[in-house]
Amino acid sequence: MYTPHTADDIEAMLRVIGVDSLDDLVRVPDAVALRAPVEVTPQLSESEIAERFRVHAERTTAGAYTAFLGAGAYRHYIPPVVGALAMRGEFLTSYTPYQAEVSQGYLQAIYEWQTYIALLTGLDVANASVYDGATALAEGVIMAVNATGRKAVLVSRAVHPNYRAVLLTYAEGLELAVDELPYGPDGRTDLESLDAQLAEQRYAAVVVQSPNFFGAIDALPQGAVERISASKTVVIGVVAEAMSLAALATPASWGADICVGEAQSFGNAIAYGGPHVGFIAASEAHLRRIPGRLAGKSVDTAGRVAYVLTLQAREQHIRREKATSNICTNQAHCALCATIYLAAMGKTGLRNCAALNIARTDELARKVTALDGYTRRFGAPVFNEIAMRVPGRAADVLTQLERSHILGGLDLGRFYPELDDCILMTATELTSSADVDRLVEALSEVSVAAVRR
Amino acid sequence: MANVPAGLLYSKEHEWVKLDGEVATVGITDYAQSSLGDIVYVELPRIGATLSQATSIGVVESVKAVSDIYTPVGGDVTETNAAIDADPAAVNRDPYGDGWLFKVKLDDVAQAKELLSPEQYAQLISEAS
Repeated sequence: MYTPHTADDIEAMLRVIGVDSLDDLVRVPDAVALRAPVEVTPQLSESEIAERFRVHAERTTAGAYTAFLGAGAYRHYIPPVVGALAMRGEFLTSYTPYQAEVSQGYLQAIYEWQTYIALLTGLDVANASVYDGATALAEGVIMAVNATGRKAVLVSRAVHPNYRAVLLTYAEGLELAVDELPYGPDGRTDLESLDAQLAEQRYAAVVVQSPNFFGAIDALPQGAVERISASKTVVIGVVAEAMSLAALATPASWGADICVGEAQSFGNAIAYGGPHVGFIAASEAHLRRIPGRLAGKSVDTAGRVAYVLTLQAREQHIRREKATSNICTNQAHCALCATIYLAAMGKTGLRNCAALNIARTDELARKVTALDGYTRRFGAPVFNEIAMRVPGRAADVLTQLERSHILGGLDLGRFYPELDDCILMTATELTSSADVDRLVEALSEVSVAAVRR
Repeated sequence: MANVPAGLLYSKEHEWVKLDGEVATVGITDYAQSSLGDIVYVELPRIGATLSQATSIGVVESVKAVSDIYTPVGGDVTETNAAIDADPAAVNRDPYGDGWLFKVKLDDVAQAKELLSPEQYAQLISEAS
């Protein structure tokens, strides 16, 4: 709580130090002092302020647009219970808990978050969260590098381009070589060169994302996982859309040793790209290489359940420069929102929500491809995103859609120059049939003559 | 008083070395294990790794602390004690036997000369305690 000094407080303090007034205490030279009153807008009442911002907000927020934009940040419904609980003072004022064991409530929430992530990924252990999906990937790669002693990683080009960019930043300091696997004609990672690349036994990890950046379900086939494991290379699965975990086979089930990703989809709003909340899960073999905090469940001397921070010997306050990571905080509040969201949705609710995403995306694909000149760029099955080939440059089509207050998706040419005629379109449970119809109508009015090359 | 068996060589960092031709078996001393307390995890070097003498090549984690293992000799790791993973307490129980850590094929047998004799090591720990 913030308690300002009262006039009496100030006077008492001035008396102690023997000064008559604050102006005597802080003397501003006349040359720079502002003596005249400052000209500001007259004060507004609370309701007038709310109205003023509502008008501004209407002009600038995504709410005024029909959005099909995803690509790593997803619009999902957030039940009011998330805000009602997460905004409680006991939670909201807590940062990553120092004197951690005093904050039993927060440790319990972190423990539950870890449990959800472990269940959703199928892996043995998850940490208390990291900044976002991109840093989770970089930290996951560091785990694999430490486990294998190798200084190179093989990353699918269908992994989120922003994640790969962050990985490159980390790789520069760590002197890691980052090599790429291309994507194939169906939008999945092309594994044709995999055997040749594995032969040198130089890779710490093979990294694929599923669903990948083009929306394609890109879990590694069994044979590939066996060959990767045989060369003592770690399989890292990336998940940028956590909602997909409720519909697809778990990353552990298809062979991921480490799963990293982004859980913004669970109860965290999209707001200018953040804050997001990253997760790291791993098989028990990698337990001691997981960065950051881990909450554990124990009992106190009276036999009551007690939550503790555990395995802290990995962390920098003990291991100093030899710590597994220099990550020093987590996204505790965002992870809390995700935890409350998952608890509120429940297993069935989450499954149903994921199924709705698939149904809406199917409807989107069907209706858009019914238009002349619009086709799916890739054939692989998807979750809630589609790379849609458009007649002309994607950027031009998107500009025209924006005039109709529609965010049509992402111009894939921004990251893949060879795909500059493709828009990455997303549909979630919040995408209504009316939204799709609006898009289709606007697309049919897009001036093809203007955009055709 | 900590056990300092004859027939072994010792380092100032509290590791022991048993030489057998050009292969050295390495572990931590009785004094080290009792100072650390209950050992819960040992991170060993990889088989095939090339170690240089006196560098940090792994860690011993006890309920009290995490300590580096400094290899007393340089060379290639030929074998590690796989049983330690499931039973790290073996290092407490039997530091000179079941609790051995790894074997190194020495790159230069002469480096053994820099190590301490049992008498010298016993002197070192009696001064420390």
